[in-house]
Amino acid sequence: MEENKTANDTMQTERTVNPYSAKAVRRALGRKRTGELLILFVFMLFFYGPLIHAFMLAFANVYQAGDIIPSEWGFHWWSYILKQQNIPRSILNSFLFAFCSTGLSMLICIPAAYVLARFKFKGRKLIMFSFLIGNAFPKIGMYTAIGIIYYKIGLMGTFFGVLLIHMLGTTMEMIWLPAGSFRSVPKHQEEAARDAGAGPVRTFFSVTLPIAWPGIVVAAMHAFIGSLGESVGTLLVGLPQWRTMMTEMYGVILDFPATAGAVFAIIIVVPNMLLLWIMRKYVSADTMAKGFKMG
Amino acid sequence: MDDTIKLSVINMTKLYSNGDGVKNVDLDVHTGELVTLLGPSGCGKTTILRTIGGFIDLTDGDITIDGKSIITLPPEKRPTSMVFQSYNLWPHMTVHDNLEFGLKLRKIPKDIREQKIAEGLSLVKMNGFEKKYPGQMSGGQQQRIAIARSLILEPEVLLLDEPFSALDAKIRMEMREELRKIQTDLNITVIFVTHDQEEAMMLSDRIVVMSKGHIEQQGTPRQIYDNPVSRFVAGFIGEMNFLDDGTGKQIAVRPEHISVTKGEGGILSGTVRTVMMLGHYLEMTLDTDKGLVKVYINSDQADEFEKGDKVALNFDHTYSYNKE
Repeated sequence: MEENKTANDTMQTERTVNPYSAKAVRRALGRKRTGELLILFVFMLFFYGPLIHAFMLAFANVYQAGDIIPSEWGFHWWSYILKQQNIPRSILNSFLFAFCSTGLSMLICIPAAYVLARFKFKGRKLIMFSFLIGNAFPKIGMYTAIGIIYYKIGLMGTFFGVLLIHMLGTTMEMIWLPAGSFRSVPKHQEEAARDAGAGPVRTFFSVTLPIAWPGIVVAAMHAFIGSLGESVGTLLVGLPQWRTMMTEMYGVILDFPATAGAVFAIIIVVPNMLLLWIMRKYVSADTMAKGFKMG
Repeated sequence: MDDTIKLSVINMTKLYSNGDGVKNVDLDVHTGELVTLLGPSGCGKTTILRTIGGFIDLTDGDITIDGKSIITLPPEKRPTSMVFQSYNLWPHMTVHDNLEFGLKLRKIPKDIREQKIAEGLSLVKMNGFEKKYPGQMSGGQQQRIAIARSLILEPEVLLLDEPFSALDAKIRMEMREELRKIQTDLNITVIFVTHDQEEAMMLSDRIVVMSKGHIEQQGTPRQIYDNPVSRFVAGFIGEMNFLDDGTGKQIAVRPEHISVTKGEGGILSGTVRTVMMLGHYLEMTLDTDKGLVKVYINSDQADEFEKGDKVALNFDHTYSYNKE
């Protein structure tokens, strides 16, 4: 009987005091926790608010400025965007450039990163540093200079020309992070493989590369996402022959309503998020920190 | 152990660009012998071992195994196998795959590989660990696997580079005993590098004491302990008291060679400073006019001496060295 009574009492309280009222929350969490929760909420809104807004807009058929929620939901703008002649082709191009530039820079940079990590030679630090310099100048100035050369040697508007622009960014990623990973492979583990009977090449592929792999994967992912996001260089060098999602985005923003832009933004963001999710076990502050040491 | 010479280091010199290295080292190791290279860090012991393993080129001289020179061979072609101080195992492979790696490279058929892996694991008492990754094992377990990995390749000479120095004291003791047992059971030739004189004394058929890039003395643990040829060896192996005799020479005497009686007289007189119980014997530190002297006495004499007592010292056996 006693138990029943208390249970009834609780129910009564719940009925009288709204548990979702600000007062109830504050009482449940305490003053300090409520403050923390508010700060968290503001930050979440700051970080994810625009993204959520874009998601919402992308699925709005009708949206009037000033409304919070669209007045009509649907896939109208999706079909509209995907029907645009240039756009499916530009998506394909974006991934083509991203795959090619990442793959090629892996081929070039992984051996280079190994050399930079394992061999001491004069000018090693200078070489490492020089890979950063490309990122230190305003890009637009560099592209203009490159453009002049491209015109002279006939690379303007060619696939290879755009690919080189993309690789400008990806090589930096593919040198620094993998060099850090290679450096963190203990030498004894390589020596143990040699000792067990493996030649230098087999040692590299059976021991060094697998141990350094997480760092290389993260670097490749960064390079891939970086290439997907490359816009200014492609715009200057590739147009009108080579259009990517990013260069098309400029047109969409200028020519279509915000809802179309939102659809396009999601098409660009989703592959990146997918990649991050797939690679999540490799991505850690540790791998990043190892990569950016001069050593 | 027999009389045939398995490995010879002949007039070996290795100089680094900073002038360090080893000079004119000669060393013969017999089949089935366990030889320890002992010395402080920087004495060149690891240099010799790594040169034998093929990880360092020598500047001059030769190294032979069974009479054949090996110095032009890369590590993977040498009939040696090395166990390092740490980071031996490949972290992305299971114990099984770690052990199998070298066997596969030797093109040994699958069924024999499995048999050898099982044998190797039982040799180091690690059966059942096949599926574990190195990160899931303790340091001692990892070193056992590393030793098994080397042993199953049946090297002509097994090279061990301070394999136990990263382990804690108790495990280290166990590992030494087991290594010695395996080594004598299988009659394998081993070169063991250590800076720990106690470890060298326990394990070795022969100890090679090194200092500053050259061999100071080599011999059985007994020979080296009883007859250290230089001031360096005397100070490095075992406990030793050094006393100035006033003529530029030093008298060296081991703590167990000093007899202590209460009262005045003796070769040297002193005062008890500390008495420490170390099991079946006591270690006593005495203040004398030639400095502090360490002595060992039987524990049944424990009650005889107290801090501050005047004592007389007599030496049963002494050595004499030029002052360094």
